[in-house]
Amino acid sequence: MSYTAHFRVWRGDAEGGDLGDFQVEVNEGEVVLDIIHRLQATQAGDLAVRWNCKAGKCGSCSAEINGRPRLMCMTRMSTFAEDETVTVTPMRAFPVIKDLVTDVSFNYEKARQVPAFAPPKNLQPGEYRMAQVDVERSQEFRKCIECYLCQDTCHVVRDHEENKKAFAGPRFLMRIAELDMHPLDAKDRQHAAQEEFGLGFCNITKCCTEVCPEHIKITDNALIPMKERVVDRKYDPLVWLGSKIGRRPER
Amino acid sequence: MTETEKHNYDVIVIGAGGAGLRAAIAAREAGMRVAVICKSLFGKAHTVMAEGGIAASMGNVNSNDNWQVHFRDTMRGGKFLNNWRMAELHAKEAPQRVWELETYGALFDRTVDGKISQRNFGGHEYPRLAHVGDRTGLELIRTLQQKIVSLQQDDGQGGPASDGKLKVFAECTITELLKDDGGRISGAFGYWRESGRFVLFRAPAVILATGGIGKSFKVTSNSWEYTGDGHALALRAGSTLLNMEFVQFHPTGMVWPPSVKGILVTESVRGDGGVLRNSDGKRFMFNYVPSVFRGQYAETEEEGDRWYTDPDHNKRPPELLPRDEVARAINSEVKAGRGSPHGGVFLDIASRRSAEEILRRLPSMHHQFKELADVDITSEPMEVGPTCHYVMGGVEVDPDTAAAARVPGLFAAGEVAGGMHGSNRLGGNSLSDLLVFGRRAGVGAAEYVSALGGEYPAVTDAQIDEAAKSALAPFDAAGVDASENPYTLHQELQQSMNDLVGIIRKADEMEQALKTLDDLKARAQHVAVEGHRQFNPGWHLALDLRNMLAVSECVARAALIREESRGGHTRDDFPEMSSQWRQVNLICSLQPSGSVDVVQQPMVSMREDLIGLFETDELSKYLTNEELAQLPSKEA
Ligand SMILES: Cc1cc2nc3c(=O)[nH]c(=O)nc-3n(C[C@H](O)[C@H](O)[C@H](O)COP(=O)(O)OP(=O)(O)OC[C@H]3O[C@@H](n4cnc5c(N)ncnc54)[C@H](O)[C@@H]3O)c2cc1C
Ligand code: SF4
Ligand code: SF4
Ligand code: FES
Repeated sequence: MSYTAHFRVWRGDAEGGDLGDFQVEVNEGEVVLDIIHRLQATQAGDLAVRWNCKAGKCGSCSAEINGRPRLMCMTRMSTFAEDETVTVTPMRAFPVIKDLVTDVSFNYEKARQVPAFAPPKNLQPGEYRMAQVDVERSQEFRKCIECYLCQDTCHVVRDHEENKKAFAGPRFLMRIAELDMHPLDAKDRQHAAQEEFGLGFCNITKCCTEVCPEHIKITDNALIPMKERVVDRKYDPLVWLGSKIGRRPER
Repeated sequence: MTETEKHNYDVIVIGAGGAGLRAAIAAREAGMRVAVICKSLFGKAHTVMAEGGIAASMGNVNSNDNWQVHFRDTMRGGKFLNNWRMAELHAKEAPQRVWELETYGALFDRTVDGKISQRNFGGHEYPRLAHVGDRTGLELIRTLQQKIVSLQQDDGQGGPASDGKLKVFAECTITELLKDDGGRISGAFGYWRESGRFVLFRAPAVILATGGIGKSFKVTSNSWEYTGDGHALALRAGSTLLNMEFVQFHPTGMVWPPSVKGILVTESVRGDGGVLRNSDGKRFMFNYVPSVFRGQYAETEEEGDRWYTDPDHNKRPPELLPRDEVARAINSEVKAGRGSPHGGVFLDIASRRSAEEILRRLPSMHHQFKELADVDITSEPMEVGPTCHYVMGGVEVDPDTAAAARVPGLFAAGEVAGGMHGSNRLGGNSLSDLLVFGRRAGVGAAEYVSALGGEYPAVTDAQIDEAAKSALAPFDAAGVDASENPYTLHQELQQSMNDLVGIIRKADEMEQALKTLDDLKARAQHVAVEGHRQFNPGWHLALDLRNMLAVSECVARAALIREESRGGHTRDDFPEMSSQWRQVNLICSLQPSGSVDVVQQPMVSMREDLIGLFETDELSKYLTNEELAQLPSKEA
């Protein structure tokens, strides 16, 4: 059940690089990351790749496989024909460090800019009461494993380095939505979403949603509702106030 | 002198999992300047993989729960070998630590009255595990990560977030701890993965929070980071490791396809109603209830099934016995020829719960089996078998401050620390351990540093040169004849630990393992790597290999000495639990020659009020006759 596959893997660093050709063994049930590891162990000991969990939980092994942003550990070899060439390249939206490893510090900078959860002042630890239906919306967004595939895909920054300063990307706009929908968060998030994090750049193409390995409905459930709230509020600040007060927990 | 980037801090934390991050938060809140260093990107530590939940006796689902019951369960799970003071602190403080997470922004699943929901898990008397579906670890790590950001924003005082007083150094690996002439911690030395350049962190206090050792075994649920670095760093710095023979094999890892063998199948599957069957379709766990647990578990399938809805009047099914029991049972069934096609047993939830409920409660398990094994767990059983999961042994620490033995300024918390879980850890007790002792380590380190009054131990240039030289050794060997490939050595190590010091152990096999380890150690001197220092996994593995070898030797030596079976240590040649051995901790230290020395150290007797929480009947299963004779008589 083993066969030999033709792999093309991008090798190089910030200075430049090229696709390297490899003939490599593939066994039943394997995923692309297994093959990359086999290359490391047998043909290219210094091939750089990030990974941790090998189970789709940590979001480390992001790359582009035949041009599509994916997790290497969740891409099964059985999705390719045996004679198909499998091309693995690093995420395009971020600067290359070496081989398949990119510099994703952009994301950590954006994460640091989003104002943290503001706990309600009148509640002590242990006193929080929230209904399951009210936490579910934000919980969906907290499934995010920070693989940054959505960031890699979004056309606003994919080939537009110049937009990175003003646009936080789907992952962090979703983080703002998550806090905005948190039943007990005590901060106004909507103004900042629009003015500081670039929600206006998003034209709801849903490309981010398509690549999300956690199947989070980023566009439909986070970005569009966030846009609607911002619009409502522009005309009527009371709408926003009302929505926050209305979502106070009943006790 | 070696060209080296240098940083000065009050406290450095090695590890950015739950323990490390909670420690960093506590140390920063105590006014310290703190650096957090981790091998992977920030937010990717192993903690992210935890699934089932975090144990804390909040009593939200069953109000009979309290710290005493949690303490009892923990001691039982560990077969009374736990450091009882740690188990006590853990049980008492866990609820506060979980509630605190909500103030950082965590969103746990809720009960109908809006409190944090709690689920059943093996060995826990009441529903006790706070959870978020089956991705609790992700919630924990993201919450702590976001709390770190929040503290940085506070330090920015209204301006941009500032990392001047709390900084994360990601993809940076520590290879050596440094000490001054007086034997006190003075710093840590490491390299950047990205550039391969060296970096020195000067600090009077180091907190180890590096996690476990699973990558020394072939079949494991652990990631590449689990190479026992913290254990080895502590050893080399002159500290000691406690009870390293206790390694937890989780009963349910995936067994098929081969490339995913070992990946965890969460215990929540059983907590939520899943049952284990052999190839005859029989729920075999009913045959494997050991005498110490007799009377505490259901004896018929009907009673076990009733327990899920009426736990006050029924006993729990034996599928929820502590992990060591279930893992051994599966091992026996497979050996007896009643296994599944790929050498495991069947874990069936499909016939027991509706598809809708399975999808809601176990979404990431459903996803994992669908994507990796082409199995739909809402309609088919899973195939599962034991996988190396957790190490109970670890750095010997002071329970209250997390200070490591023998080395002033060194602290340890989380999986790298020993004692808390005795011979076997209960599910959910790790995440709570991380928070309780992570916080204590942060506070402990801050107190230690404050007491120094600004006088910080020195680091010499010679020490830096020495550390650099040892890290570069694998490059020098390149091109030399008879050089060794680190990947090959690693595979051989994993194979022998799995086969010879695995779930069932025998004296002659362990002696053989020790010989193999000696041989591997010698060959590891000649490990050579190609390429240059920039992001070079071959080089990284070559350095990790030294740690894995040292730690594996501790496991094998201690396992050979302990002539009894208890928790995560099963001896084919000594199948019984011995109350004499319960009084013994095995302490590993490193000899100047580089070999591991193991000594026996008597266990401190449990405090009277804690002993009083158990019935004499139960105690008689664990304690020696002399100990029993000394028990204060109980009032009627
Ligand atoms: C699949 C799985 C599921 C689990 N589920 C549960 C559960 O439901 N409930 C539960 O309680 N427990 C569970 N556990 C156990 C629990 O997740 C771990 O024991 C726990 O997360 C360990 O946390 P830690 O903070 O000690 O270390 P980790 O989270 O592993 O972090 C270790 C850190 O140390 C860093 N590090 C290591 N070496 C070095 C070095 N040399 N230099 C610099 N940095 C270094 C790493 O980069 C990492 O950041 C599970 C474990 C697994 C594998
Ligand atoms: S929906 Fe918005 S955020 Fe997502 S890819 Fe399109 S433009 Fe980018
Ligand atoms: S939202 Fe989805 S695609 Fe984007 S970082 Fe999170 S998990 Fe990855
Ligand atoms: S390795 Fe963790 S998501 Fe792929």
